[in-house]
Amino acid sequence: MKVLVAVKRVIDYNVKIRVKPDHSDVDLTNVKMAMNPFCEIAVEEAVRLKEKGVATEVVAVTVGPKAAQEQLRTALALGADRAIHVQTDEAVESLAAAKLLAKVVEEEQPGLTILGKQAIDSDNNQVGQMLAALTGRPQGTFASAVEVDGGADDKSLKVTREIDGGLQTVALQLPAIVTTDLRLNEPRYAKLPDIMKAKKKPLDTKTPDELGVSVASGLKRIRVEPPAERQGGVKVGSVDELVDKLKNEAKVL
Amino acid sequence: MSILILAEHHDGQLTEATAHVVAAARKVKESIGGDIDVLVAGENVGAIAEAAARLDGVARVRVADAAVYAHQLAEPLGDLLVALADDYSHVLAAASTTGKNVLPRLAALKDVSQISEIIGVESADTFQRPIYAGNAIATVQSEDALKVITVRPTAFDAVGGSSQDQGSAAVEAVEAGIDNALSSFIDERLEQSDRPELGAAKIVISGGRGMGSGENFKLLEAVADKLGAAIGASRAAVDAGFVPNDMQVGQTGKIVAPELYIAVGISGAIQHLAGMKDSKVIVAINKDDEAPIFQVADYGFVSDLFEALPELEQKL
Ligand SMILES: Cc1cc2nc3c(=O)[nH]c(=O)nc-3n(C[C@H](O)[C@H](O)[C@H](O)COP(=O)(O)OP(=O)(O)OC[C@H]3O[C@@H](n4cnc5c(N)ncnc54)[C@H](O)[C@@H]3O)c2cc1C
Ligand SMILES: Nc1ncnc2c1ncn2[C@@H]1O[C@H](COP(=O)(O)O)[C@@H](O)[C@H]1O
Repeated sequence: MKVLVAVKRVIDYNVKIRVKPDHSDVDLTNVKMAMNPFCEIAVEEAVRLKEKGVATEVVAVTVGPKAAQEQLRTALALGADRAIHVQTDEAVESLAAAKLLAKVVEEEQPGLTILGKQAIDSDNNQVGQMLAALTGRPQGTFASAVEVDGGADDKSLKVTREIDGGLQTVALQLPAIVTTDLRLNEPRYAKLPDIMKAKKKPLDTKTPDELGVSVASGLKRIRVEPPAERQGGVKVGSVDELVDKLKNEAKVL
Repeated sequence: MSILILAEHHDGQLTEATAHVVAAARKVKESIGGDIDVLVAGENVGAIAEAAARLDGVARVRVADAAVYAHQLAEPLGDLLVALADDYSHVLAAASTTGKNVLPRLAALKDVSQISEIIGVESADTFQRPIYAGNAIATVQSEDALKVITVRPTAFDAVGGSSQDQGSAAVEAVEAGIDNALSSFIDERLEQSDRPELGAAKIVISGGRGMGSGENFKLLEAVADKLGAAIGASRAAVDAGFVPNDMQVGQTGKIVAPELYIAVGISGAIQHLAGMKDSKVIVAINKDDEAPIFQVADYGFVSDLFEALPELEQKL
């Protein structure tokens, strides 16, 4: 079974962003960029499926500027076999990303497509669900366990999902779409020899035009503002003082 | 045009989140008029539909009662919404795991963008939403004919409901959809708790990696019992297996905004703050006086939690 993994280049999760003074956007100049953490989990899952003999090939795909090839090379170093770069300098909203990925799914016909549940820049949590709808495939979102038993000719997939009340397990007909949650696995780090080898793995480039998809969006960003800052308060010296403040000052007890 | 809300329900009960989404819908309605309808989809959901009909501001409740909707699977629910959406200018749902699972399908099949997790309504087409773990607030305007929106419940005060015998909205059945061959439900392991629900609780007390073990969460539970509080956790505490995933508070977990939030043994990573920094009063108990959580805490107590918690329980 072929496995496709969608990875997004985003700000490193440790960086605290700042809003531009003109409130047009956040300031990403000289900010450290990385693979979206949920996509790292997606790559790891795909690679593990290959190591188990379930996946025959792992293909990584990204939509983004030239620099996003860094994240594809990371995916290749982690064990993906080849990569597809849908290159564009335009801002790509989730719907456009899903449409582009749907075209890639159409061309590649993967048995399983794995995405992150959420990109930590837009915090949208949409693309996997949209991709599933557009390709007519079932979706197993927020996965904490993925089980394909039986091997290559298997027809279905068991996905355990993290839901508000606990966990839900569903069976999906293959081909299917899965999005990862934090507990699915712990991603490995790329080793230096693998990083070197990844430079020689195939990386195909396409454009939205070639795929016949317009990245125009019906959504306009009007302004971006910093959130109301919370001021730190006081330190208390004892439990008694804490309880007293909560009762008599904050009046929340 | 009217607004459709996908009702959120659980265990045969309408959840509080729906009343918050109705509040957001009423703000949209202020600028465009029209009615607010609620869709209740599930199996044997008559009582839920009646509860939805009593929410202030709801004109009509549409009920899709069929086995295919029993577990809120995304594929049939998405199709149902697509079938109904033509009558509406806006479709709203809570930014819960159900709303997040289903609504993007509707958006994609209608070829419109989804506006995720709004915290403010400026007009019928312009909304505020947090991005980058809440470190920026974007104001976005949708030019799409249909607006598909998930709503952060804590950002809107719930509407009230009339009592049992007062007038309520009309309840009508909608035609149930066709079968779903794509996905099927296997099982669910839901956490049982007598405590208030995390998203709705007035007081939340959360434990982090500093708790050291799941066993030690008993110390938190003892305090929570005294306060009638819900219990939350950081990602680290969930990853370590101390507590189940449904307790995670944060950017990629649950969003809470109680009157009082008590963070115990939690350092205060931005991903955690994203889920609780709109709480009215924040207390932090941490033995490291430089922990970033103190920068947002109204009351910080530098102390070993294993001493502080038993004493707190005793003095409450
Ligand atoms: C993609 C992504 C998504 C994430 N989403 C979330 C999310 O939704 N929610 C979330 O919480 N995190 C999330 N995280 C993780 C986040 O970055 C932090 O790693 C996590 O919040 C840390 O949890 P913690 O504060 O419990 O642990 P630590 O950072 O290890 O802090 C433990 C604290 O306990 C204190 N402590 C230790 N022992 C004691 C004691 N005896 N008494 C008192 N204090 C003590 C220490 O001083 C320390 O401050 C996410 C990360 C990523 C990459
Ligand atoms: N530009 C992109 N290129 C590749 N994958 C993407 C892109 N945008 C989103 N995705 C995938 O969709 C997931 C969810 O993103 P979102 O719905 O935007 O929060 C990400 O974790 C990726 O797996």
